[in-house]
Amino acid sequence: MRRAAAVILVFMLGASPAWACGGLVAPNGSVNLLRTSTLAGYHAGVEHYITSFEFVGGGAKFGSIVPLPDRPRWVSRGGDWTLQRLAREVQPPPPQDAVVAQAPPASPAKEVYEKEIDGLLITILKGGARGVGRWAKEEGFKLPPDAPKVLNFYAKRSRWFMAARFIPEKARKKKLRQGDAIPIHLRIPTDDPWVPLRILALGKQQEELVEADVFLLTEREPALLPEPAPAGERGMSLERSEQASQQLLNDLDSDKGMKWIPEESGMWLTYLRLDIDAADLTYDLAVDQTGNGQPSPADAFGKGATTSRDPERTMWAWLALPLIGAGGVRLVGRRLMPRR
Amino acid sequence: MTVGRVLAACALLLATGCSPEVPQETTVNIRIRFSRFVPDHFEFPAGTTVTFVVENRDPIDHEFIIGDERVQQVHEEGTEAHHGAKPGEISIPAGGTRSTTYTLDEPGRLLIGCHLPGHYDFGMRGDIDVTD
Repeated sequence: MRRAAAVILVFMLGASPAWACGGLVAPNGSVNLLRTSTLAGYHAGVEHYITSFEFVGGGAKFGSIVPLPDRPRWVSRGGDWTLQRLAREVQPPPPQDAVVAQAPPASPAKEVYEKEIDGLLITILKGGARGVGRWAKEEGFKLPPDAPKVLNFYAKRSRWFMAARFIPEKARKKKLRQGDAIPIHLRIPTDDPWVPLRILALGKQQEELVEADVFLLTEREPALLPEPAPAGERGMSLERSEQASQQLLNDLDSDKGMKWIPEESGMWLTYLRLDIDAADLTYDLAVDQTGNGQPSPADAFGKGATTSRDPERTMWAWLALPLIGAGGVRLVGRRLMPRR
Repeated sequence: MTVGRVLAACALLLATGCSPEVPQETTVNIRIRFSRFVPDHFEFPAGTTVTFVVENRDPIDHEFIIGDERVQQVHEEGTEAHHGAKPGEISIPAGGTRSTTYTLDEPGRLLIGCHLPGHYDFGMRGDIDVTD
């Protein structure tokens, strides 16, 4: 069953306009969270995913692996300012009357598609956990020790992954500076748009804090799993839930590759704040934007899960990693986010 | 005739399992899954020569290092990229199986561990109790 409603999921890492999207891996096995901004949307059976990857500078070899819900059909450069505009939308304090929702020997993964965008090499991979691991090894990356379990978690649901790596020489030619972000846009036809969050804890210490801001834009108020905590609480809290302003939609619609946003039907804006220990981030984000109020437990907690789990009771938390493909994505070789 | 058989049997017993000086040999299988050793605890009498067959079911490389705290610390801080020549120290590639034979000479506790970056802290360790 295809969900016709549109949903946009945006994930930002940290309170500042830095964004998170994937586990960053380095040749020596060290890992830092890759800061990217992400917008995930679902409309007419196609999941749109816009994210930006932040250049960490120097000639070091870093990459990010991102699980995908399905095979992307289009990879291109993202819009120029969509992500910043969304960040700005939620940075002001919410209005007083803002609604708070109640609510075997492995073969390497197959490189299905590869595209370079402004010094950023995007590779779409198809394979299981072992295949992705072998691919990473052959590319000179060492995955952290928690990678086998995390990759296995995702590979049970989807064998599609995206790897993003900066090419140092190309980055230099593009004059990228540390902190510069390159937006990309994926369009992924799928019946089941889930948003990977667990990957954001990859390589982190158990007690290490994961912070993120998550934005959703849907055609109607979505049902979420796990159910978020009230505003201001630790874990995943629902900070805003309201009809998106027409100004925001107009601004987004006018950016490159963003014409897929419905023009007249309006959209619902949800802002979730994540503040959680890495050890507790063991799930993804399930969003039901159809109005049926039934987000999939399997999408949130992995294949085989059949029941909901309250994040407050289980101490689960959220972080995310969404993916979606979309209309035009071109990579920008210029700074997207202000330096912190 | 009967006396002779009894004497022969006694001689055989003395020459084999009854003697504490005769070294014992055994083989154990260890599986690595999700960056953990399974099992992660062993117990052998001193003098046992153990062949550890380690199967790495993970999609990433691992190590299997036997030694006391000092040995583990040396490897934790070391930069040796590959192990295999020294008894009790092997590297196991993703999806691979390797073995190493190690004689447990003295009673006490030894540790096993993987010292690829972050693995030991992650919990990729175990212990071997060597009994009298």
